[in-house]
Amino acid sequence: MPATIASPPLTARPLRCRGCGTERAAAPTAICEECLGPLDPVYEPGRPLPDREIIAGRAPSLWRYKEWLPFDGDAVWSLDTGFTPLVDAPALARRFGVARVWVKNDTVSHPSLSFKDRVVAAAINAAAAFGLDTIGCASTGNLANAVAAHAARAGLKAWIFIPDELEAAKVIGTSVYGARLVRVRGTYDDVNRLCAQVADHFGWGIANVNLRSYYGEGSKTVAYEIAEQLGWRLPTAVVAPMAGGSLLSKLRKGFGEFLEARLVSGDLPRLYGAQAAGCAPIVHLVERGGDAIEPEVPKTICRSLAIGNPADGAFAARAMRETGGWAAAVTDAELVEGIRLLAEDTGVFAETAGGVTTAGALALARAGRFAPQDEVVLCITGHGLKTVEAVQGAVPEAPVIAPRLREVTTLVEEERTWPSR
Amino acid sequence: MAITLNLPSVLAAHTGGARTIEATGRTLGEAVADVAARYPALAPRLRDKEGKPYPFVNFYLNDEDVRFRGGFAAPVQDGDEVTVIPAIAGG
Repeated sequence: MPATIASPPLTARPLRCRGCGTERAAAPTAICEECLGPLDPVYEPGRPLPDREIIAGRAPSLWRYKEWLPFDGDAVWSLDTGFTPLVDAPALARRFGVARVWVKNDTVSHPSLSFKDRVVAAAINAAAAFGLDTIGCASTGNLANAVAAHAARAGLKAWIFIPDELEAAKVIGTSVYGARLVRVRGTYDDVNRLCAQVADHFGWGIANVNLRSYYGEGSKTVAYEIAEQLGWRLPTAVVAPMAGGSLLSKLRKGFGEFLEARLVSGDLPRLYGAQAAGCAPIVHLVERGGDAIEPEVPKTICRSLAIGNPADGAFAARAMRETGGWAAAVTDAELVEGIRLLAEDTGVFAETAGGVTTAGALALARAGRFAPQDEVVLCITGHGLKTVEAVQGAVPEAPVIAPRLREVTTLVEEERTWPSR
Repeated sequence: MAITLNLPSVLAAHTGGARTIEATGRTLGEAVADVAARYPALAPRLRDKEGKPYPFVNFYLNDEDVRFRGGFAAPVQDGDEVTVIPAIAGG
C-alpha cells in the first residue's frame, strides 16, 4: 500500500457485467461469474459533477476528470499522467481535404511516451485500492514500458510478459525500470492467454487482465482532453489505431459522458479505426458486418497493433458503425510513409501505430469518407523512438563530410537541384 | 476419448471447486456437451442454448485457439488438454 493514504481513502467502484447486467463488489477481476462477459465499473448516477470552470482550474493531468474515473477518494499514484498537447495540423488538413486536423499527441505522454500511461495510471490505482504488491501485463511493448515505469515510481514489483520478437526499444525500455521481463515464444495472443492463466494462478494485478475493468477507463481521458482542448466542443471525426479495439469504444463512452454532463453539445464524432493490413480483424469485421471476430495470425511490422484475436473488436466495430464512421487497413509500406508524412507535416515523430493512423486517415480521405467541413482529430499513441527500426532505410541517409565549408557549399548547391517535395 | 478440460477460477463455483475436469468425445463440441451434461450449472457458461461457443469464451486445444482448428468441430484425442479462457484484450 502507498505510504500516505489520501483522505478519503482510495476505493475502487463496484462492477457490472456488460453482457448480463449482474453486479458485484469491487474486485481485481474483469470477468462475470455468471456469463463470463466483461465487467465495467458502475458510477453513482447522481454524483456531483464539476463544471468547465472547476475542471479547468485543476492540475493538468487526467485526474482533472476524476469524477469519470472508477474510484472514490483521490488517486495515490501516477498523478502527473495525461493532458498531452492537441497539435493543430494545417498541412494534414490540406492533404485530407478537410477544414481542420489536430493531432492528439500522446507521443509525449508522461512518463513512458505512449497512450498506455493513461490506462496504467488507472490500473495502478486499482492495485493500490486492492492492496496488491505486484502488478504485470501482457503487452506488445507500449503497455510493458508503461507498467514498468509506473510500477517503479510506486515501488511495486512488476512481472511483464511480451512476445519474444519485439523492437529493442520496447524491450530495453521495460527492463531499465527493474521490472521482471519475460519474453514468450509466440504471438501477442499467446502471451495474452498465458497472462489470463498467470493472473488466475498467482493473484497478481495484471493491468489488462484482471484489473482490466479499471484499466480500460483510463482510455476515456483522451476524449475528455480533446473536448476541453478544442474549447469545450467536439470534433466531427476521430481516427484512432486499433489493437484490442478498446480505445474506440472508450472514446465513444468518453465523448458520450461529456455530452450527458452537458459539458459539450452536438453530435458524437464519427469514429474511425485503423489497422495494419497484416493484422486487420476489426477492419474486416466492419467491412463484413456482424458481431463475430475472425481471428488472424499477425504479419506486420506494426507490432504494437498485432493482436489477431481482439477481445474488444466487436465493441469497436459497433462504435464505428453506430457513429457513422468506418475502418481502414494500410500496408506496411503505407504505414512507414505515414510516419514520415506525420513527422514532416506536423513535427510529431510517431511509432508504427501512428503511421497506421495517419496512413489510415489518408486512405479514408481518398475514399471520400471525410467532408470538406470536417474537423478531424488523429489519436497518435506512441513515440517514434520506440520503433526506429521501421523507418531505418526509409529516411534519407545523412552525408558524412570533412569539417570544411566547401563541402557544405557543395551540398547546398546539390540540394538546389532536388525536386521540391 | 478422455481429455482434460481446464477451467478458469470464476467457473470453479459451478463445479464444486474443481478446476480440472475429465471429458470424453470425438470432437471438442462432444467433450463440452459431455461436461455440460454432468455439470448443469456450468453448461450455459460454456456454450449457448444451441450448443455453439460464445464469442467471449475462448477454447484452446493444447494451447492453440480452436477457431484455427474448426472450433467445436475440432477433433480431440486421448490426452489432449483443453483450456477455457474468457476473452480479454490488451495491447
